[in-house]
Amino acid sequence: MTGRQKPAPNSGRGGRYVLRVAGLGYLALLLLAPLSLVFWRTFEHGLGPAWGAVSNPAARHAILITLVITAIAVPANTVFGVVCAIVVVRHRFRGKGIVNALVDLPLALSPVVVGLAFLLLYGQSGWFGSWLTEHGIQVVFALPGMVLVTIFVSLPFVVREVVPVLREIGTEQEQAASTLGASSWQTFRRITLPAIRWAVTYGVVLTTARALGEFGAVSVISGRIVGKTETMTLHVQERYQAFDYVGAYASAVVLALLALTTLVVLNVVRREEPRGDRAEPGHEAVR
Amino acid sequence: MVEAAAARPASPARPGAALAQGFVTAYLSVIVLLPLAAVVWRAGDGGRRRLWEAISNDQALAALKLTLAASVAVAVINAVMGTVIAWILVRDRFRGQSVVNAVIDLPFALPTVVAGLTLLALYGPNGPVGVNVAYTRTAILLALLFVTLPFVIRAVQPVLLELDREMEEAAASLGAGSLTILRRIVLPNLVPAILSGVALAFARAIGEFGAVVLISGNLPFRTEVASVYIFGRIESGDPQAAAAISTVLLAISLAVLFGIGGLRRWATRYERA
Amino acid sequence: MAIALNQVTKRFGSFVAVDNVSLAVAGGSLTALLGPSGSGKSTLLRIIAGLEQPDAGEVAILGHDATRVPPQKRGVGFVFQHYAAFKHMTVFENVAFGLRVRKARQAHVRERVHELLELVQLSGFADRYPAQLSGGQRQRMALARALAPEPRVLLLDEPFGALDARVRKGLRAWLRRLHDEIPVTTVLVTHDQEEAMEVADRIALMNEGRIEQTGRPRDLYEHPASEFVMTFIGPVNRLDESYVRPHDLELHLEPNGTTREAMITRVLHLGFEVRVELVLDDGAAVSSQVTRDEAEALDLEDGQIVYVRPSRSTVFEGTRASADR
Repeated sequence: MTGRQKPAPNSGRGGRYVLRVAGLGYLALLLLAPLSLVFWRTFEHGLGPAWGAVSNPAARHAILITLVITAIAVPANTVFGVVCAIVVVRHRFRGKGIVNALVDLPLALSPVVVGLAFLLLYGQSGWFGSWLTEHGIQVVFALPGMVLVTIFVSLPFVVREVVPVLREIGTEQEQAASTLGASSWQTFRRITLPAIRWAVTYGVVLTTARALGEFGAVSVISGRIVGKTETMTLHVQERYQAFDYVGAYASAVVLALLALTTLVVLNVVRREEPRGDRAEPGHEAVR
Repeated sequence: MVEAAAARPASPARPGAALAQGFVTAYLSVIVLLPLAAVVWRAGDGGRRRLWEAISNDQALAALKLTLAASVAVAVINAVMGTVIAWILVRDRFRGQSVVNAVIDLPFALPTVVAGLTLLALYGPNGPVGVNVAYTRTAILLALLFVTLPFVIRAVQPVLLELDREMEEAAASLGAGSLTILRRIVLPNLVPAILSGVALAFARAIGEFGAVVLISGNLPFRTEVASVYIFGRIESGDPQAAAAISTVLLAISLAVLFGIGGLRRWATRYERA
Repeated sequence: MAIALNQVTKRFGSFVAVDNVSLAVAGGSLTALLGPSGSGKSTLLRIIAGLEQPDAGEVAILGHDATRVPPQKRGVGFVFQHYAAFKHMTVFENVAFGLRVRKARQAHVRERVHELLELVQLSGFADRYPAQLSGGQRQRMALARALAPEPRVLLLDEPFGALDARVRKGLRAWLRRLHDEIPVTTVLVTHDQEEAMEVADRIALMNEGRIEQTGRPRDLYEHPASEFVMTFIGPVNRLDESYVRPHDLELHLEPNGTTREAMITRVLHLGFEVRVELVLDDGAAVSSQVTRDEAEALDLEDGQIVYVRPSRSTVFEGTRASADR
């Protein structure tokens, strides 16, 4: 949202330009210039090498793994997010503070620590290690572990977007529906869900972006086995460390394009939402 | 009145409510609580001495010190630049303003490892402008500034928008010049928002991994941050040390969040009638 | 003249908020800028304060051209409808602000602030924050704040608009008393004609960016210059081509040559005043105001047929007003 205001009366002409230059210069040097350069470097030798870099088997597998993980994590967190938001706002029970703290925790934790945590639970010498080995289930260094950590890190977004909206709309419409004979499920489907749909959409977009971009936690838990447990982000690192810069940049560009798409979608959704304080799009999307 | 209506509970006897609560509790326990407990428990597993050794050895301390110093520096820079950028997005008017506003969210949407890569491309060994900060502490600062960019900006923007312009007009009618108005009217009202943004930026910075891992070179005692050190301990098969430092990081995060939360409440004491 | 506006015009895009307005405000007077929403009165006030720049015309304060002078240097005190309290400062610091900006000595600041707080009856509230005050208290604080640096002119922009009716009435009377005690040249913007009539020495009635009439309250009431003025100030009935004040509409029980037939739809007993709502033979609704005694003497009831006659009416041709009996 760019809410704009009249420039302050008597704000010094010179002062205004200084601020503008300082702010825009900072953004250019930190964000725009580096990103543009990567796009340039990827395509400076033409589309061919770039395409080759993302269509080889390892890269294709990384894309597949990333999509599979995201396709599991996002719906799971969406369902959880909506249910949790309703429980937190509309129900009364003790321990609401703990629920809120736990939901926010993924935002305060380093992703490496997240990976460690799941390793300690499901790794060979972990709490469930022996039980898993007995039953032949592989969680760490395999897809299930990667899915779990991705769910962890992308957990808060739908909840945090939906909670304030639920609070704001209040219970009156839902109460009116129940006096008119609607069951709780009907009320939920016809009254609550439509009211929160933009908040949910916004949260889903943030969740997806976060899941796609996860790096630290999957790095720890996946073992980074090329062609087996590599996500796109891990692939970028692997290519770079193998001195295949074109390969690294090309994969990075794919991810960057997804990120830019995310930005566009976020902006569109923001405009649909009537909320006035839509300026912070959730605090975290990717690590 | 509306508050009471919103808080009116669904009858707990409804089976739907119990199911929902059960689902939420189970999900959170399995996904968040259990893993967290595992880390904290592992940190202390092996006794107090091993815990102390894990935390107080030179390399660990160096990593922690570097992380804290870099995060504080980044928090301060963000407090200033974040406010400046929020200002020009709200109070100024120039071509492409809405594009700039949208771009602010890029660090939220871009994978951290890609962020690190882009910075490396421009400011690393093969960079076109001849600047090479790879494997230096400057690189760490750069990477952290990238990923923490939106926090202060997004915290300050709505406050700036809601700021009662009449307060500034009143100050002008009482004889205050633009600089005085900025200093005595605008900034004091922005401080709580800046503090919020700084807290979030700090918490994010101390745990950052992906953006830093490529560009900093991870040289122990020089450019190794805490998250990278933890990663190293895991790879070396020393999960206990990793868990110990992780717990320290978590404790610092929580302490800062609570501390700044308290500071914020103090700074806005005038709001509570 | 304390304030002299000469042919001031202000446009916002294609909308003309103030249209070639000239106005003179005498020193020490309390003048009301009255008018409906959108009439330009707030804009005009802000132009006097320097918070808006006119597109044409001049503003002079105490004889000096102030058109290009910034608000900081005009020596005007301004009070806003929504108080514009410095919410992060105590009541004391709010009132002291204008003095601190002028680098007054601490002792002088303390003295003057307490003097003013006593004047506005907020003596015990010096250390409170605006959030802890009621609306009326906040507005009194705002007034004290505006008066602290001894402005030459005091401007109030719908100062009581955000307060509830009772507080509004009380503060209105209080403001008048304050002005009698400290006769700073004051301009008050309001849309409430009752307020203007009660408080002001002179009223400037605005409509669509222009001044329709200036004068004493009673002049505007008794000798309105236009249809707009007559209908805006005080209740009025329209009888064919002429306007009649309710208290000028006589009620008779028997017809005579000059009366018209009407049926009473409602008799409202509002204390001393009795308002009689009537419907004329052509369906037009009018009201008459009689005293309690007159109503009793006539023994009025709903549904009764009576005969009405204006004792005084006003006709406007273009902008000319003529009164005939």
